[in-house]
Amino acid sequence: MKHNFLSFVKKESLHILRDKRTMLVVMLIPVVLMVLFGFAISTEVNNINVAVVAPERTDGVKEAVDRLANNSNFTFKGYIGQERIDECLRTGKATAVVVFAADYDRLAMQATEGVPVKPIIQVILDASNVNMATSATAYLQSILLGAKAQQAMFETRMLFNPQMKSAYNFVPGIMGFIFILVCAMMTSVSIVREKESGTMEVLLVSPVRPVKIIFAKMIPYFTISCVVLVTILLLARYLLGVPMSGGVSGIFALSLVYLALSLSLGLLVSTIAGTQMAALLISAMVMMMPILMLSGLLFPIENLPKFFQVISNIVPARWYIDAMRKMMIQGLPIAAVWKECAILLGMTVSLLAVSLKKFNDKLE
Amino acid sequence: MNETVISVRNLTKCFGSFTAVNGISFDVHKGEIFGFLGANGAGKTTAMRMLCGLSYPTRGSGTVAGFDITREGEQIKRHIGYMSQRFSLYNDLTIWENMQLFAGIYGLTKKDTDERAKVLLERLDFFSERNTLVGSLPLGWKQKLAFAIATIHRPDVVFLDEPTGGVDPMTRRQFWELIYEAAESGTTIFVTTHYMDEAEYCSRVSIMVDGEVRALDTPTRLKEQFAAESMDEVFRTLARGAKREEQ
Amino acid sequence: MHAIEVENLSKSYGKVKALDAASFAVRNGELFGLIGPDGAGKSTLFRLLTTLLTPESGKATVNGLDTVKDYIAIRSRIGYMPGKFSLYPDLTVEENLEFFAALFGVTLEESYDLIEPIYKQIEPFKERAAGKLSGGMKQKLALSCALIHRPGILFLDEPTTGVDAVSRSEFWDMLSGLKERGITILVSTPYMDEASRCDRIALINEGHILGVDTPQGIVDGFRSPLYSIRSRHVFALLNAARQQEGVLECYPFGESHHMITDSAFTKERFMKAMSGFKDLEVKEIEPTIEDMFIKLMKR
Repeated sequence: MKHNFLSFVKKESLHILRDKRTMLVVMLIPVVLMVLFGFAISTEVNNINVAVVAPERTDGVKEAVDRLANNSNFTFKGYIGQERIDECLRTGKATAVVVFAADYDRLAMQATEGVPVKPIIQVILDASNVNMATSATAYLQSILLGAKAQQAMFETRMLFNPQMKSAYNFVPGIMGFIFILVCAMMTSVSIVREKESGTMEVLLVSPVRPVKIIFAKMIPYFTISCVVLVTILLLARYLLGVPMSGGVSGIFALSLVYLALSLSLGLLVSTIAGTQMAALLISAMVMMMPILMLSGLLFPIENLPKFFQVISNIVPARWYIDAMRKMMIQGLPIAAVWKECAILLGMTVSLLAVSLKKFNDKLE
Repeated sequence: MNETVISVRNLTKCFGSFTAVNGISFDVHKGEIFGFLGANGAGKTTAMRMLCGLSYPTRGSGTVAGFDITREGEQIKRHIGYMSQRFSLYNDLTIWENMQLFAGIYGLTKKDTDERAKVLLERLDFFSERNTLVGSLPLGWKQKLAFAIATIHRPDVVFLDEPTGGVDPMTRRQFWELIYEAAESGTTIFVTTHYMDEAEYCSRVSIMVDGEVRALDTPTRLKEQFAAESMDEVFRTLARGAKREEQ
Repeated sequence: MHAIEVENLSKSYGKVKALDAASFAVRNGELFGLIGPDGAGKSTLFRLLTTLLTPESGKATVNGLDTVKDYIAIRSRIGYMPGKFSLYPDLTVEENLEFFAALFGVTLEESYDLIEPIYKQIEPFKERAAGKLSGGMKQKLALSCALIHRPGILFLDEPTTGVDAVSRSEFWDMLSGLKERGITILVSTPYMDEASRCDRIALINEGHILGVDTPQGIVDGFRSPLYSIRSRHVFALLNAARQQEGVLECYPFGESHHMITDSAFTKERFMKAMSGFKDLEVKEIEPTIEDMFIKLMKR
């Protein structure tokens, strides 16, 4: 009966290939998201308006401000009083405000001699554009301190986006999201479509076991997901420069587990939903919302109310995204995320078991 | 009895190079039950859309309830009733709420609405059930109700799209009695169907094949003309000659 | 042994009794019609017999196999065409057929001789997506798919609903052809006029089997005198006739009305009483299945 299993897979693939629009969307969404973030991260920093607060305009201060004013990336907007910092940033008159300490010259001297001092230059930034803020800080640091750069003397405070989410922090989030979309939503809709059109009745009244029907349905979606996975990883590595120093094989292995989990989830939804509309709604409400809200994709889990922190433990994407961040960005090996792996594996097995049990070969 | 309510001349509708309806002409008189038959794809739906003011003819002209189908589509919509097997009533509203809704759509006053609703429901013996959800009614009841609601604004013409397909024989009789009664009181009934036993209830029947009206007469005379025992046979004789592939 | 045996079969959905103690049997090689309106319980009965549902009480066998215990064995021996023709609209005619062949582990060639008379009519369109076929052609494709594994029994749930008169008539011709080849066919329809195309029929309404017999046998059970009356004044005639002595019932029936009378009724007296209708025609007629259905429903 191997023959009919393959023909099932062929038939499912034809369904997918014939529906060109959906296919295009699925393949394109990850690319578009990645490219968008790729451009957003661009390090080009131009025409940043800088205001300066200096209680004493000493030589040292003047020298530093001259260097700033002469740099093509920055536009010096003049000196302002301490009390106008907030207003300037809020109205957008300045994107960064540089504050010099009162006895800057003396402290700077001490610092160059190796005496530990408290920070003597403070930079206050509008960090609503993270990437710009990050680059601007680095530039400012090197310009203001010149060759004498001393980390200890410099303090940076980010306003409006204190976590300093780096753009490629989003990559694992996008992955967690896309795979649920492709695997769970599309699988469930495709199974439910057969229920709605009555073809499921004919399938059930055939000698083929339901398990076969299910696995045959999963294979094409699994394949698509793998293509998407490779695309995302390539873009992440070469467009965004995500380090992935922890080893690509680990990232792959865990992603495959997550794909299997998403497929089981889709199957479970299809056993509950009676119409394609219902399947879409359940997918959106039960899967998408938690991923967006509770997985750390948009909001860091530590910042959620306690109640939601507890809930987030049962959102598979949370563990996946967590582990992916560790492996892709922090460059940890798969051994370091064994806990996440174990949790995801456990979830996959139990979801699959439940949905296979629920998917019976009768109509009730 | 000879007042003309629907009159079309040389009505034609083309979609690109395809002529869906090809120069049809006929008259329907007041109080008549006019059966509009045709195989799938013969152009029935396209023709009916033009009559209801939902689409413009490519050529030809026509009037429905005294209004021009090209220029006065909005007026036509106000003076006709429409019921189809597919478009039924809102299942999650009660009978009474459905009636209020449709009366409201046609701009009946509150007082008029209540009166009409009461009259129509009493005729169906439904008045005591007026607060029942439509969704919980059997199909036959829904269809009788849908017909009553299609006449709530006293339209001159009621268009029925396959009204009694699949209904049990008894309810179907009750349904046709309602139609007879409406016709008797001067409402013109325009029925499209591809079930020939429904055709037998009509005063006159037209049969469309390949976008043209190929036959138009009373069922009795059509059967004589084609030496057939039933309308089904008449229809098959005509439709077998169809060149156009059904859609 | 009967091809299908149904004994006191019942099934409810919540409070609604979809099928209430239905009993009948279908002989081998018979073309058996299940006739009743929408919501009568036809589809429920089909799903019970095709093992998609489990009965609440009662018992049914298909080919001698129990629909509950031996459901797996039944599934490979029957062909089933559900109410909505179940095809994949995005697959071509040929792909649909090949898929269903593979589903049952057969090839198109093996079964070609059986489906040929039906399939050859749609073969010129085999590259076309099934969703783009006309109602009649879809119906032919669905039937070909249901036959692909040479089932001994064919279950066709309302195959002629939504299909025009020409295709419906052709479809019944195809069924007669399949019957010649020894296939037992259980077919349901809401259209009474299709009853005459069956060997035997069961009338079903609101979950009850009203009667089982040959179409002629069903009609013979009518027994009351039946008249057809007609006049140009359709509605007035209906109301007037109901007031007459000896008229038990009068209901619209196509161009005319049918009138059931008691034995004391005479045509002459009726004509005289109704002399206001100048064009009145009255004739005694043979009842149809539909007349019988109405009578049984009232019982």
